[in-house]
Amino acid sequence: MWALFKRDLVLAVRSGGGFGLALAFFLILVMFVPFGVGSDRVILARIAPGILWIGALLACLLSLDRIFQLDMEDGTLDVLATSPLPMEGIAAAKAAAHWVSTGVPLTVAAPFLGYLLGLPEPAYFWLVASLFTGTLSLSFIGMFGAALTVGVKRGGLLLSLLVLPLYVPTLIFGAQSVVRVTEGLDPTPAWMLLTGISMLSMAAMPFAGAMALRANLR
Amino acid sequence: MVLSGVTFALTAGDCLILRGPNGIGKSTLLRVLAGLAPAASGLVEVDEDQIAYAGHLDGVKAQLSVAENLAFWAGVYGTEADATLAHFGLDVLADRLAHSLSAGQKRRLGLARLHLSGRKVWILDEPTTSLDAEHVALFEAAFADHCARGGIAVISTHLDLAIPRAQTLDLAQFKARGGVEANPFLEDFT
Repeated sequence: MWALFKRDLVLAVRSGGGFGLALAFFLILVMFVPFGVGSDRVILARIAPGILWIGALLACLLSLDRIFQLDMEDGTLDVLATSPLPMEGIAAAKAAAHWVSTGVPLTVAAPFLGYLLGLPEPAYFWLVASLFTGTLSLSFIGMFGAALTVGVKRGGLLLSLLVLPLYVPTLIFGAQSVVRVTEGLDPTPAWMLLTGISMLSMAAMPFAGAMALRANLR
Repeated sequence: MVLSGVTFALTAGDCLILRGPNGIGKSTLLRVLAGLAPAASGLVEVDEDQIAYAGHLDGVKAQLSVAENLAFWAGVYGTEADATLAHFGLDVLADRLAHSLSAGQKRRLGLARLHLSGRKVWILDEPTTSLDAEHVALFEAAFADHCARGGIAVISTHLDLAIPRAQTLDLAQFKARGGVEANPFLEDFT
C-alpha cells in the first residue's frame, strides 16, 4: 500500500499529473471573482469563505477521474486486483494520495487567496483548519465516485453528477466554520461536524470503493 | 456465455497454451482463472495468492522510469527488483522513462514484473504480440525456465511458442451454442 501511495504521488507531480491542475484552477477561479463581482472590499470579504470553499471543492473534483481511470486504461488496475494488496487498501491508498496531491496544496494556497479577497483576520486559522480536514472527505468520497465510474469512458460528467450531492454536507459545514468566525460566532461546532464527516468518509469509503471496483473489473 | 465444458488440470511445471480464433473467449477464460471475472457456472480451483496476471496491456507507467516501474511492483509484491532488472537485460534501460521504450521493451518490462512477483501461476494474455523473433525466443526461454522451476503458465497466443512439454488446448471445440446451457463451465485447477 505504501508503494502504491508513493507511486501515485510521484505520478501526480510528473508530466500529465493532477498536482498542478487543481491548484491552477483554484488560483484562476479565485482571482477572477473580483473581476466578476467588483472590487468592493466589503462584499468580497463577505463572500470570501464561500468562494474559497466552492473553489477548493471544484478544483478537487477536476482531478478525481484520474484516480482510477489512468490505471484502468494501461492495465495496471487488473494487475493490482490480482496482487497481494486488498482492494480496500488500494482504494484507501489512492484516496490518500489524491488528498496529499490535491487537498494539501489547496489548503496551503487558500490563505494567500483569502488575502486577495480581503478575508477578515481571525478567519485565516479556521479557513486552513476547515480545508485541511474537509478536503479529506472530498478525496475519499470522490474516490468512491471515481471507482463507480471507472468503466465509463470519458465519465467525467457522470462522476460529477454522482459526487456533487455527496459533497453538499462537506461544503455547508466547511464554509460555515469560516463564515461563523467572520460573524463573531463560535466555529467549533461546524468544524467538528465537518471533521466527523471526513472521519466517516475515511472509514467507510475504502470499502464502498473496493466493492465498486470489483464490480467494474468484471 | 462464451465457452462451455472447458476442463483441465495443471500441476507444478505444466505449461498450457490456449489457442483459438479471435473472440472465442481466450481472454475471458484467463480473466476467470485470474479471479477478475466470475464464471457463469463451474469451478476454478487455484491458489489466488499465487496468481500473476498479465493482460493485453502491460501495466507500465509511461511517466516512470524502468527502474521505478519495477521498484513499484517489487513494493507491491514485497520482493526485490535489482536481480530481475539484470536478468531481463533491463539494467541498461533502468533510467529511461517508460514512454520512450519500444513496444518490445515494454513487453519485456511486463514480463520482468511477472518474474519479480515470485508467484507460481502465470496467466498471460497474448504475451508475444508486437515482438520480434529475438524477443519471442527470450519469452519462450523465460516461460520454460519458470515451468522448470515448478511454476505453472497459462498462455493464450496465436503464435507457435516453442516451450518444452507445453500442452495445447484449442478452445474452438468448447464454443457455447446460443443462450445459456446446462453444461458446466468447468475449470479444474490444482
